[in-house]
Amino acid sequence: MLNYAIKRLGLSVAIVSLAMFLLFCMIYLVPGDPASVALGPRATDAMKEALRVKMGLDQPIWVQFMNFFMGAWTGDLGEEVLSGRPVLDVVFEQLPYTLVLIAGGISWSVALGIPLGCWAAIKRGSLADRMVGILSVAVIAVPSFVIAIYALLIFSVTLRWLPAIGAGEPGDVGDQLIHLILPSLAVGLGWVGYIARMVRASMLEVLEASHIRTARAFGLPDRTITYRYALTIAILPTITLLGVGIGQMLSSAVFAEIVFARPGVGKLVYDAILTRNFPVVTGAVLVTTVIFVLLNLIADLIVGALDPRVRSSF
Amino acid sequence: MRSVRRLLREPLGVFGLALVLLVIFGAIFADLLTSWDPTRINPRDRFLGPSTDHLLGTDQLGRDLFARVLHGGRIALYVALVSTAISLAIGIVLGLIAGYGPRWLDNLLILLFDAMKSFPTVMLALALVTITGPSLTAVIVVVILVNVPGYARIVRTQTIAIKTSEFVTAAQSMGASTTRILRVHIMPNVIGPLVILASMDIPVVIAIEAGMSFLGLGVRPPTPSWGSILNDGFGQIRETPWIAIAGGLPIIITTLGFTFLGETLRDVFDPRLKGR
Repeated sequence: MLNYAIKRLGLSVAIVSLAMFLLFCMIYLVPGDPASVALGPRATDAMKEALRVKMGLDQPIWVQFMNFFMGAWTGDLGEEVLSGRPVLDVVFEQLPYTLVLIAGGISWSVALGIPLGCWAAIKRGSLADRMVGILSVAVIAVPSFVIAIYALLIFSVTLRWLPAIGAGEPGDVGDQLIHLILPSLAVGLGWVGYIARMVRASMLEVLEASHIRTARAFGLPDRTITYRYALTIAILPTITLLGVGIGQMLSSAVFAEIVFARPGVGKLVYDAILTRNFPVVTGAVLVTTVIFVLLNLIADLIVGALDPRVRSSF
Repeated sequence: MRSVRRLLREPLGVFGLALVLLVIFGAIFADLLTSWDPTRINPRDRFLGPSTDHLLGTDQLGRDLFARVLHGGRIALYVALVSTAISLAIGIVLGLIAGYGPRWLDNLLILLFDAMKSFPTVMLALALVTITGPSLTAVIVVVILVNVPGYARIVRTQTIAIKTSEFVTAAQSMGASTTRILRVHIMPNVIGPLVILASMDIPVVIAIEAGMSFLGLGVRPPTPSWGSILNDGFGQIRETPWIAIAGGLPIIITTLGFTFLGETLRDVFDPRLKGR
């Protein structure tokens, strides 16, 4: 297991390094001199030259790359063009909003997906099972930003049940939760489908197992068998699936933040692109990539710990 | 032929097929189905609600939304076809190299695939567009970067499984060249499951195109795309909700149609892939 963990960790480090390299190439490829872009058209040549030296743009490319690379590994992602604040601070300031949004998305997907999957498994082959199957595929297929806009249109604009923009009053948890309902639904709805399918499949497997047969032979009530003995086991694969899910929900979160005008990393990057604030773009992309890689690492390590076959095939 | 008959016995498959045919029909015969020009600006007809004249209404520039939706279908299907074809070609080549080539190259390619998959899709798109600027090509490149790792991995796994089988060993001992073995013996065994998987990815491709155009990272105005119609509508969602509805509806119809069709096709052609 240790051997596997070290190899898997090495892979993650390599992936993050490669991502940094690609991002560096990207910055280098951006047309126009970053110093002139940052200072605007009225800057003098001397000012531009001073900023260029400050940003290290006067050094050879490989020195620039090493500076960027070593800086990125130690958390120095450069400074924001306008305010001069460290990019990492700016990103970490927005990150909690995105993480809360994703947590909300997971809550939706678990709260709806597990009961639906369970129900479909118990009623296997019935009309209910088929409906859950079709519904699962449907919510996976429809893109989250379409769901976000239609949800906004139905629940905020037409019915006026829920607020349309912002993350709620700071400090007012109730208000923040109300503002979270629709965006997190848009983020999590697709995963209701994945989780329902996953829970259904593993429930069907578990319901055939001998300990369930024994429980039935003892005459335990169906409810106890389903929820206490079967579901607790059937839920395990779903947990590792969620590891991947959080990463993919990052993408949906970007759209949800833009549609519902919520603060967050996605909105940050989007606004940074519009204002050509490139250090923020690369910094935020790098931070989300690291989170994504970490989550996949954790999910793989959990699976590796539970299933020795995964370790040997690596 | 038997597969087709089995597909037609599945209600969900037939429904999916009908939706897909509807979208393709609309895209091909867009010019015959409406006389409105999708890019022509009519300031006097701004924000008209749906009527017999303008079936889906008009947008903030007075352009007919029905015409824009039909022509947007051309963009969506074009991106889906072109980017899937290129992804398949690159995926097959890289997968064959990884599966049949030397071990170090295999490891290097696997690392590359994992790295490509480690960017969240939207972040990848946002980062790429900062360099290239928004364009249809940027959309296609993003789709390729998203799709290729998965396809190459499948081809690699299949190639490794097949390359030690007896008929390949026999061909090798009879002096067949590497290209011949790859082309005649390995490719045909790899391509079937791959094409089914690629067809199931079409809704994802369409979602990427629409999503990027929605964010203003894809198709440039005035070219109609479902995503950009949705964005036009999003800006006016309180006053004129029909624009957003017109943009979202074709995305829903197309993704659902291709998904239902793909799921059924997979079950009919290759039950082994069920549940993926």
